[in-house]
Amino acid sequence: MLAMNYRGPFRVRAAHKPYPEILHPGDAIVRVTRSCICGSDLHLYHGLVPDTRVGMTFGHEFIGVVEEIGSSVQKLAVGDNVIVPFNVACGTCAFCKQGLFGNCHESNPQATAVGGIFGYSHTAGGYDGGQAEFVRVPYADVGPTIIPEWMDHDDAVLLTDVVPTGYQAAEMGGIKTGDTVVVFGAGPVGIMAAKCAWLFGAGRVIVIDHLEYRLDFVRNYAQCEAYNFRSMEDPVLFIKKTTDWFGADVCIDAVGGDASGSPLQTITGKKLLLQAGSATALHWAINSVKKGGIVSIVGVYGPTDNLVPIGNVVNKGITIRANQASVKRLLPRLIDHIQAGRLDPKAIITHRVPLEEVADAYHIFSAKLDNCIKPILIPPSARK
Amino acid sequence: MEQIPNEYSHINGWGIDADPKNEPTYPMKNYTGDDHQRINWERPPLQNVTVEILKSNERPNLTAVFGTSSPPSGLSGAIRRYAFKSSESEYGHWLPLLLADRINVVEGIIDDLRQGHIPNIFAEKGWKADWKYNRIGLAKNVLIGVAVTTALIVLVNRKKRKSAL
Repeated sequence: MLAMNYRGPFRVRAAHKPYPEILHPGDAIVRVTRSCICGSDLHLYHGLVPDTRVGMTFGHEFIGVVEEIGSSVQKLAVGDNVIVPFNVACGTCAFCKQGLFGNCHESNPQATAVGGIFGYSHTAGGYDGGQAEFVRVPYADVGPTIIPEWMDHDDAVLLTDVVPTGYQAAEMGGIKTGDTVVVFGAGPVGIMAAKCAWLFGAGRVIVIDHLEYRLDFVRNYAQCEAYNFRSMEDPVLFIKKTTDWFGADVCIDAVGGDASGSPLQTITGKKLLLQAGSATALHWAINSVKKGGIVSIVGVYGPTDNLVPIGNVVNKGITIRANQASVKRLLPRLIDHIQAGRLDPKAIITHRVPLEEVADAYHIFSAKLDNCIKPILIPPSARK
Repeated sequence: MEQIPNEYSHINGWGIDADPKNEPTYPMKNYTGDDHQRINWERPPLQNVTVEILKSNERPNLTAVFGTSSPPSGLSGAIRRYAFKSSESEYGHWLPLLLADRINVVEGIIDDLRQGHIPNIFAEKGWKADWKYNRIGLAKNVLIGVAVTTALIVLVNRKKRKSAL
């Protein structure tokens, strides 16, 4: 079968790999019909995540058709169209039982700090991901959710990560009616976080980024304010001024370790790897939020350390809330929102690329070419 | 939300999920008390170990399932095994893994050549997309590459000439 194959930082190709096998009675094999490249895949692509091995297939955002099931699978049948959440979750550990499907303790032997994630390095369990024609899906009775018949599959594939992560970013912000919410990053997750902030009753939503085409998009799509930090001397000062010198009620870091905007952070975090990515967005979020405010983090960082103003967290009494999205928990609500027309995820898709051209798709997304916001990959078997 | 204020009436769904009880720790976690049972839940059936799986020393056993992609091998594999002797809290864990990743890239090229495949690094870097969407940037990169290579060749030749004299 054809699959994306990681060869090193900034180098990937489409290559043939053996068809995946059922390795556990709870497994399913899914024939992928669509997969996305996520902004967090770029952290892998850029070589920022330790234990990213050559030969691995990335991809944690995918949907497909169940091709095979293990002996204990009861909730899925061959032929079902399924949304596969990016988290590999057992459903029985203490964390899954409490709705923390992103923190499963039975899916990643290589690290305790993160649950298993499809195609996201060995630090997240060593699973081959869905940028392929077929993929092994463990715990098939837990995560995968059947796609409703009325749902557009372009919407469905974005329910695997982007929409739940954006929604949970807003949810973790504990937004109160009338709150001013600042979202750092106008990538797909930031766009979705801005859109979802309104659902929680935000009074004002502001997005900060440096790419004009993305700012234009989010301004229209999420009906919010959007500003370019390159056009301001100091984004923190800008937010203080625009909130009557008070600070935002809630700040969301939807960027993670690939942030631009601070030469020091860029050099130490992205070039020299002396920290786990560039923490510019988080730094700004902490310094822009009001005293007693909430900083919600969904941007992905590596596992070592980052330079952030932790003293200001203490002195301002900031609450930091962060997690990988608990996709399974959120899916029913998000499916409702899509059905009711409150969310229109597929509008963020800008590029459809054959899986064979995966190297070009990564480069387009990474280098922000051709006004790219969200690329999806279509395997050859899904194009017939 | 019973009535949407006029200023937000253009936003479909405004305030529909507003929850005044959404305070820190809720609703991320639906507390059941299971935490106090520690790791003594009923475990799922265990996946058979068919390839080498490295295990964090912060847990007592392998998880019930795990990925089997790209098992450790070669020099990078040896470094990864060494890294897993340290906990996730130690630089001694993560920095060797980053080193192993870089060595693994060279191993990947050697493997390709061994299998008679010459990697098309330009294609793998997506330069076709640059040709389509970013010709000026591509031209700049090529010119910088040519300039640096030329400078290096000139430098090496000078040194050779000096040492010959």
